[in-house]
Amino acid sequence: MALQSLDIVRRSATTTPSPGVRGPATGEVAKLIDVSKCIGCKACQAACMEWNDLRDEIGTCNGTLQNPPDLTAQSWTLMRFTEYENPKGDLEWLIRKDGCMHCADPGCLKACPAPGAIVQYANGIVDFHQENCIGCGYCIAGCPFDIPRISKKDSKAYKCSLCSDRVAVGLEPACIKSCPTGALMFGTKEDMKQHAEGRVQDLQSRGFDQAGLYDPGGVGGTHVMYVLQHADQPQLYSGLPAEPHISAAVGAWKGFTKPMAVAGIALTALAALFHYLRVGPNDTTEEDEAAAARELEKNHG
Amino acid sequence: MGDTAHRTVIARYTERERVNHWILAIAFVLAALSGLALFHPSLYWMSSLVGGGTWSRILHPFIGLVMTVSFVLLALAVGKHNRMEERDWKWLREMPKAKSHDDPRLPEVGRYNGGQKILFMVLVASMALLLLSGIVIWRSYFSAYFPIGVIRLAAVVHALAGFVLVCSIIGHAYAAVFWVTGSMGAITRGFVTPGWAWRHHRAWFRENIRAANPRTRAD
Repeated sequence: MALQSLDIVRRSATTTPSPGVRGPATGEVAKLIDVSKCIGCKACQAACMEWNDLRDEIGTCNGTLQNPPDLTAQSWTLMRFTEYENPKGDLEWLIRKDGCMHCADPGCLKACPAPGAIVQYANGIVDFHQENCIGCGYCIAGCPFDIPRISKKDSKAYKCSLCSDRVAVGLEPACIKSCPTGALMFGTKEDMKQHAEGRVQDLQSRGFDQAGLYDPGGVGGTHVMYVLQHADQPQLYSGLPAEPHISAAVGAWKGFTKPMAVAGIALTALAALFHYLRVGPNDTTEEDEAAAARELEKNHG
Repeated sequence: MGDTAHRTVIARYTERERVNHWILAIAFVLAALSGLALFHPSLYWMSSLVGGGTWSRILHPFIGLVMTVSFVLLALAVGKHNRMEERDWKWLREMPKAKSHDDPRLPEVGRYNGGQKILFMVLVASMALLLLSGIVIWRSYFSAYFPIGVIRLAAVVHALAGFVLVCSIIGHAYAAVFWVTGSMGAITRGFVTPGWAWRHHRAWFRENIRAANPRTRAD
């Protein structure tokens, strides 16, 4: 279900240019999640289920408000709840809406071996096209944020699409529409950064000296950004990585090495061909047979 | 074996060894096609030979298991003949300088030559790495038991070991099918001519005729 109204800048396992004559006149988009404004109501989780026709299994309470306990193929976004005791001894309830970060440099797309199973649109959204997905799970190994989940039902990988189907027709993602406190905002990446600047200044004036914007450069920036009260310690927020980057193992495995290895295999076959052309076959001669026959004769005799 | 003048033949592989070798060869080709398809986009077309990308992903690990079992049987059968000896190292050293197979500097070759023995060890190592890393990245059944760092490492190891295996088998197949003529009979019908054994594996030839008189073909 490739959205032909959205231009593609990158396509998994594809070495030729993707369709891209229509430039994104409005620039790249971004979702801004202001953790300081989130009340953990989970309206965004419900809206995500509703718009995307997802219904996760009814699970069990694990003693926190976090429900379901983890992202799944049916739960593309999840409120993660952390009870943090700050150095002053006060309790801070840090609630982070988890889901795909839509990296500018997507590890999932780089790791994916199936042509067109993962695409990156010109507006920055990273989308999975499940009809091309082969279910290998390499996207999971490629992702620095542990987001993609393989469905047990159809063995395809799923994650937040940033409602690419809604964005393609000029609507905001379903979660944004449902947020009652304005903790979720959507717009161009530039606008969201400007808005975040104001929010960060406000938080800093209220005693959160380390407030800041989470837009990690290790993955080229993200199209889902957080305003964090403690931007110096993102790992406080249910293990949000401080310096996410595509693993060196994935880089080594996918980047330069594989084209070289393909060339190596081709060269091995060519070396065999040219060896044959130059040296020719190593034939057993009549003299060899005669020498062998003499030894056999001796042995019998 | 076209030359009927040589009635005497020397047995090289038993029926069981030959059948197993060809199960291994077929499993290797299918595993290589389905694996290389996911190795690099330029080779993705190979997945259509096993029924598409998803079938590649589903079948590849099972084919790999067949290949592993078959390889273990082969290794048990030929392993004892593939230990490097002093004469094998000497043979490898002198080989590039030798003018012909009869060069007096070349030591006599046993059942396998130094190159074949090195190939065997490379195959054992790459098959072991492929099995271990393959289990880790077998998403449907096993990946959930391993931390992400191990999975990432296993994917690299699997790709590298697969690359080494494919290159090695290209070399093996070239040598056996095209280069050293008369070898194919050993792995298809089970025997070689005395001249072939004398030329390529003289020490083995002599052990062979000392141990037992070679059987004579009915024709």
